[in-house]
Amino acid sequence: MIQTRALNAEAARADFPILGRRVNGKPLIYLDSAATSQKPAVVIDTMDDYYRRYNANPHRGVYAISEEATAAYESARQRVATFINAASPKEVIFTRNTTEAINLVRYSWGRANIRPGARILLTEMEHHSNLVPWQLLAQEVQATLSFLRIDDDGLLELEQLDRQLEGVQLLAITHQSNTLGTINPIKAVAEAAHRAGALVLVDGAQAVPHMPVDVQDLGVDFYAFSGHKMCGPTGIGVLWARRSLLESMPPFLGGGDMIKRVRLNEATWNDLPWKFEAGTPSVAEGIGLGAAVDYLTQFGMDRVRSHERTLVDYALEKLQEVPGITLYGPRDSELHGGAISFTLANIHPHDLATLVDREGIAVRAGHHCTQPLMDRLGVAATTRASFYIYNRVDEIDQLVSGIQKAQKVFA
Amino acid sequence: MSDDLYREQILEHYKNPHHFGELPDADITQEGDNPLCGDVITFYLKLDDGRLGDVRFRGRGCAISQASASMLTDLIVGKPLQELKTFPTKDLLDELGIQISPARMKCATLSVNTLRVALNGDVPEED
Repeated sequence: MIQTRALNAEAARADFPILGRRVNGKPLIYLDSAATSQKPAVVIDTMDDYYRRYNANPHRGVYAISEEATAAYESARQRVATFINAASPKEVIFTRNTTEAINLVRYSWGRANIRPGARILLTEMEHHSNLVPWQLLAQEVQATLSFLRIDDDGLLELEQLDRQLEGVQLLAITHQSNTLGTINPIKAVAEAAHRAGALVLVDGAQAVPHMPVDVQDLGVDFYAFSGHKMCGPTGIGVLWARRSLLESMPPFLGGGDMIKRVRLNEATWNDLPWKFEAGTPSVAEGIGLGAAVDYLTQFGMDRVRSHERTLVDYALEKLQEVPGITLYGPRDSELHGGAISFTLANIHPHDLATLVDREGIAVRAGHHCTQPLMDRLGVAATTRASFYIYNRVDEIDQLVSGIQKAQKVFA
Repeated sequence: MSDDLYREQILEHYKNPHHFGELPDADITQEGDNPLCGDVITFYLKLDDGRLGDVRFRGRGCAISQASASMLTDLIVGKPLQELKTFPTKDLLDELGIQISPARMKCATLSVNTLRVALNGDVPEED
């Protein structure tokens, strides 16, 4: 049983060894958790413990440490299933990351089901990982892509949704924009998509780490996310999908572990979820993700979300006072997750990121893997500050003062 | 090498770039870009009897990319084309006179890489 714990950023910081270090002589202010989150000691120690005490290939060993490795790995899957309220751990497929999870759907479900002339509906705010796989599939099977547009506040324009869903076989949509911070109304959009006969895939890379996600309540068909943005390690991600879909889909990668019986010219497939997990899995990373889920669960995702809302409200208020700033994304923190993009008149985002790095502040500058969104906003790049459980409001003050220093350099 | 990336000389070139603009009768027009940052540069080259008779550039992007283009125009105008075809990246970095981090090297070398493409065609960038 996981003890619950109040979410206090100051106390949480003590759990993250990296937050004790200095960068360029200043305490590290880490405002790039949308790219990857920092890792609490418990996650690092859990992985270390696996390598030191029971490192073994799981699933087929009949000796003690292999059985321990299998139990730990499968227990992590169970905890992930509970975390997103999956109906069964059999619906939780471990992948390398969100990108691989989306590509699994492209290769397995997409190739078998998307018909020539069919449409795949996306949005203008998708990360390249939920755009390029569908471009490739569309070219391969002669399907077409269409896009839900965004308004000037970075919200989806949904007035014409029913019409835009005509002839659509798949809607692939991000839960929360990594660039704008926009939180999309997935449940309502999924209902409309299902009425039109389309399936729904959600890129949850920016949502699962930051808010409660219940895949059954959302009513979607595929949901993808990454471990490393939610206090877990790199190299482990998740594809959740409805069991009936997974059972009907052909395998993705072929090899060991995903088979039941192999003969020279044919093979039969393992049961779910292993049917989609060929080869030795990322064992330490899977176990580390389980520890990350436990770590977040002690706070509760409602509290994580509410902490980040406080930071977003504060940051939007302070940043809009900066002369020459343009903020992107919704102004209402109800619709705005913990990532804020902005540009400054006369200072390129890369110059700003370099200058605030001297103050020990890590922000991201560039197109954030959303080049079509940059085109839509009419900019080459933005600076993005993104938040997590360990960030405090005074770090936003430091960012504002770093921006002011940069403006003096360029004055 | 100075560790002040935004030393006065660089900011001066950024705010008041040399040879900025276009040459309507350019013999070679070459665009180069750095998709990662969104830096863009276009060189306009006027050839004159085996030499670079005149040069202009237009561009937008970060201070490092634009200042480096401005400095490069000062270094190359009037020089023999044969020499410019192999213009060493190091000469431009020396002129910039600052420590460039690996993450910003693409910004600093966009101009010289674009010049190389303009004079040699699309050849691999110098390491």
